[in-house]
Amino acid sequence: MFAGFIAQLRAAGVPTSLTEYLTMLRALKAGSAAYDVEDFYFLARSALVKDERHVDRFDRVFAHFFRGLESLSPDIVADLPEEWLKKLAEKLLTPQEMAQIQALGGWDKLMETLRQRLAEQEGRHQGGSKWIGTAGTSPFGAYGYNPEGARVGQGDSRSRSAVKVWDKREFRDLDGDVELGTRGMKLALRRLRRFAREGQPNELDMSGTIRATAHNAGLLDLKLQAERRNKVKVLLLLDIGGSMDDHVEACEQLFSAARAEFRHLETFHFHNCPYERLWRSNRRRDLNETPTWEVLHRYGPDWMLVFVGDATMSPYEIIQAGGSIEHWNEESGQVWLQRLTRHFAKSVWLNPQREGRWEHTQSLQILRRLMEGRMYPLTLDGLDQAMKELAR
Amino acid sequence: MRKRFRGTASYITSRDLEVAVDAAVTLERPLLVKGEPGTGKTMLAFEIAGALGLPLIQWHIKSTTKAQQGLYEYDAVSRLRDGQLGDPRVHDIANYIVQGKLWDAFQASEPVVLLIDEIDKADIEFPNDLLLELDRMEFFVYETRQTVKAKHRPVVIITSNNEKELPDAFLRRCFFHYIRFPGPEMMERIVASHLPNLRKELTREALTLFYEIRDVPGLKKKPATSELIDWLKLLMADEIPVDALRSKDPKVVIPPLHGALLKNEQDVHLFERIAFLHRRIQG
Repeated sequence: MFAGFIAQLRAAGVPTSLTEYLTMLRALKAGSAAYDVEDFYFLARSALVKDERHVDRFDRVFAHFFRGLESLSPDIVADLPEEWLKKLAEKLLTPQEMAQIQALGGWDKLMETLRQRLAEQEGRHQGGSKWIGTAGTSPFGAYGYNPEGARVGQGDSRSRSAVKVWDKREFRDLDGDVELGTRGMKLALRRLRRFAREGQPNELDMSGTIRATAHNAGLLDLKLQAERRNKVKVLLLLDIGGSMDDHVEACEQLFSAARAEFRHLETFHFHNCPYERLWRSNRRRDLNETPTWEVLHRYGPDWMLVFVGDATMSPYEIIQAGGSIEHWNEESGQVWLQRLTRHFAKSVWLNPQREGRWEHTQSLQILRRLMEGRMYPLTLDGLDQAMKELAR
Repeated sequence: MRKRFRGTASYITSRDLEVAVDAAVTLERPLLVKGEPGTGKTMLAFEIAGALGLPLIQWHIKSTTKAQQGLYEYDAVSRLRDGQLGDPRVHDIANYIVQGKLWDAFQASEPVVLLIDEIDKADIEFPNDLLLELDRMEFFVYETRQTVKAKHRPVVIITSNNEKELPDAFLRRCFFHYIRFPGPEMMERIVASHLPNLRKELTREALTLFYEIRDVPGLKKKPATSELIDWLKLLMADEIPVDALRSKDPKVVIPPLHGALLKNEQDVHLFERIAFLHRRIQG
């Protein structure tokens, strides 16, 4: 019965499995959500969604799939509310038409026309998957209108109105593509954890001791081992060019999350594209300048290289020697970038620019090619993918 | 007839939480509860146990907790000592098997509620190590070659603060509920259930202020329900007049006793800065 629903959920990116589907059916059979649409929604959500980041997607699919479900209970079906129509009139009809209608015979006629309009709109949108009117500016647009024509706009008076719960989309903020806080970032960065026992053995190795003692015919033979520590090393190169000003906040968050997460973290700055010099901090550049060669020599290939930059500049700044806008560079940015990515075994580029705009920027495309496609948007999902790539 | 979970006088629930608890209890599956810190995840287990009239077994997870510790531990050191002292107990290995919380829950003569608190604190493999045990509700003790099987499947409540991602295989076996931060209406009910003697107007003013603080952009730690309750208790104890909260006087924009709400030096600074700007705009 709900197999199509599961398929749509999966298509929308909610990782739901057969097991969970069966669990839901079993719970339904056991009467956990008997004869109540809202309870059914809660049950389905609890059984099928296991991550609050996916709840919003679930809500959207639910709204789409079970559209018309609410018409099962007859008391919800209402006529078009008159004041709604009045307001809609201002939206749908031009002033000329209004005048025309006034001439034709006043409000009753107007209502008639409006009904016609709605019927037309219904016809046009039948194949579409979206509810009409979401995110609109009109006061009744917030909840959208039902193409079946059974109900238009949802009154706030019905506190248990069926559609409302998932229509509210309260979990929108938690969707992985949207929210990006330090905490979420830390979680994504944790994918990189690689525990290893290194350094002084100062912990009692229980099972080792027992084994050794048994070997030793029961005479105590203590064994020690080193503590488990995260041994991942990350080299962070941040663009601080002018066009990055819009993304300062996102970069700050990433930086503070990274600092909390990695014990071995080194940060350098560059402007637009890395050349022969990098800076420790943006203040007093001349004082804390480091030759890129020195960075290459100091940090071994086991460090993971993460660029953060919007990769938005003139293409010459990448491919041409002397192309830098700040100084004369003997070798092109491309050469330096390849030197860096070849030296470090693992590298990714995080881009705070919206992914939708990527294809319009030539320099971004060049850098992406140079990174062999390992460029990810600076969103939670992008960060997650980047960390997966690094952890491979 | 099995009792249904409907919230209690001291714990206000929403309908979605009731449905999730109900489904988890009916199908005898674990219920995974997530949510902002301070929204009552751990309290939930206490309330479920209370509402269903079952005893509660708590297992609090730390970063060093191993899954095996929930089942049983073999106390090799005691046995070694006893062996060297010639204690006769040493001949039976069963004397040195220490039961874990899961074993306690399985062996109880009546159904129990088992709380596995903050599962994300433990190692990333921890949930995987408990998969089979929670699924079949049985495990094998190698030392004594016995199988411990649950007499009654316990109601398992698992809380997580989202510090680590939980493995998919584990998630598939659970019901899931995310406790949303309560809105003003629900919060009023929650406050009333905790502090029945609080004056209505004080509650309202305090709540308005509280939600305003939560809306301040860029706070590192937003104050949650537990902080609100603490703050209200302080306000009551100090007998702060309602006017102090309502005051739009620019000099006292910082709410009284704000230390209970803002737990972070940077947050207090941020708040003061915003208050200062606010003052300049008004003045």
